[in-house]
Amino acid sequence: MQYLISVIDDKGNPGSTDRQPAISAFNERLMADGHWVFAGGLADTDAATVIDNRGERAVFSDGPFVESKEYLAGVWVWEAPDLDVALRLATEASKICDRKVEVRPFL
Amino acid sequence: MNGVEEAITQAHHQQWARVVAILTRRFGDLDVAEEAAAEAFATAVERWPADGVPTNLAAWLITTANRKAIDRLRREHKRDEKHQEAQMLSADVPPEPLGAIDDDRLRLIFTCCHPALALESRVALTLRLVGGLTVPEIARAFLVQEAAMGRRITRAKAKIKAARIPYRVPAAQELPGRVSAVLAVLFLIFNEGYLASSPHTDPVRHELTAEAIRLARLLRVLLPQDGEVAGLLALMLLTEARRTARVSATGELVTLEEQDRGGWDPALIADGHQLVRERLAAAAAGVAPGRYQILAAINAVHTDARDVRDTDWSQIVALYDQLVRIDDSPIITLNRAIAVAELDGPDVALAAVERLENKLTGYHPYHATRADLLRRLGRSQESRVAYDRAIALTANTAESAYLIRRRNQLR
Repeated sequence: MQYLISVIDDKGNPGSTDRQPAISAFNERLMADGHWVFAGGLADTDAATVIDNRGERAVFSDGPFVESKEYLAGVWVWEAPDLDVALRLATEASKICDRKVEVRPFL
Repeated sequence: MNGVEEAITQAHHQQWARVVAILTRRFGDLDVAEEAAAEAFATAVERWPADGVPTNLAAWLITTANRKAIDRLRREHKRDEKHQEAQMLSADVPPEPLGAIDDDRLRLIFTCCHPALALESRVALTLRLVGGLTVPEIARAFLVQEAAMGRRITRAKAKIKAARIPYRVPAAQELPGRVSAVLAVLFLIFNEGYLASSPHTDPVRHELTAEAIRLARLLRVLLPQDGEVAGLLALMLLTEARRTARVSATGELVTLEEQDRGGWDPALIADGHQLVRERLAAAAAGVAPGRYQILAAINAVHTDARDVRDTDWSQIVALYDQLVRIDDSPIITLNRAIAVAELDGPDVALAAVERLENKLTGYHPYHATRADLLRRLGRSQESRVAYDRAIALTANTAESAYLIRRRNQLR
């Protein structure tokens, strides 16, 4: 079972910044325990472009698909046998990266 | 009701949760388990009148439900091969190692009470899958619309499946954090048994009160140091002790005041008092009691009095004051007012009750309490109107019989 862990930052109340060494150590542990599938941080939402090609021609717009104070700052994809394991890891992850995280199963 | 019908009703009361729990373990899917259990009972209704009631009801129901589940998965196989393969695969996997206690129903409760589900969903789902209550019964217990309750239950089941919430009793270190929702659910199951909300069942559903007590005892084995587990168990035992005195031979509710106290169960009262004493000792040592412990203490005061006139009402009001400080819900305030009526008179109590009108206008005990206070104040006309409201709102047959008689006694 795979879970997407979204790291949620808040423009009004950002988490502390230099969490990289702790996150790297956590990622190594995820790998050693067989949970790690993929992870990556995302550039600021200012760098996002939304494309809508459902009509006659593609429309490009500058910025994220949803305007809010909260935004997606990064993702993990984990392999876990059930939600309890994913929640236990996500609880640690939130502490380590000093941000809220959302756990969502893949179909 | 003939013998076979009675056997089916009994079997439904006693075996429903067990059949659902065992099927959930086998197939890892609440929907499959619930539908197979329902089909097994439907088959019993068809077959038992002709074939006779089987000697081992549980085995018959579980075997039949298992076959129904496999039939259903085969049918789905034709529609969706991949999905079905996954289902059959999980059916062949040996059961996962058991948690701290080997009880399927307790595992089912902890699954339904998972912290990733909203509190209301946890309670509703447990009442449905463990208590075997219907959606309308659950909706009434929550004072919400049936359709909304149905959606809430469906959404919770879908989340358990999609997010793969495991079917197990949590590990020891996770237990304390999960137990408060479980206690809330057991209390609701008990209350539904103690004052059934449907006109189509017995007014008192002993199978539900017994099941809630059985599960609370199991929880106490899991968490012997948890004061609220002990408190809830004590509360249930002291309430259950009065059960047989609570409905008259003619099927009418008998209030605490009018009950024949000689009919109370002394063994249950002794057990309950023992637990309350244990918690009082803990409170004396500085452990603040939670709501169930306070409610248990209130019931200990009631069951201590050999005659209603000996009841220590000031002690009861003091305990309610303590309770209001940790839970100022309008229902607690209403119950406090009932005790206040005994201590300070019905006029003082009525003023407190009427302040709750906005919040409790759909709650029949509000109108029944108000009716009784108005009757005691000699305000017969208003009392009659309040009785009418209460009668219209209660679906419990014993309670409406009682309320109708009291209304008709008004002059």
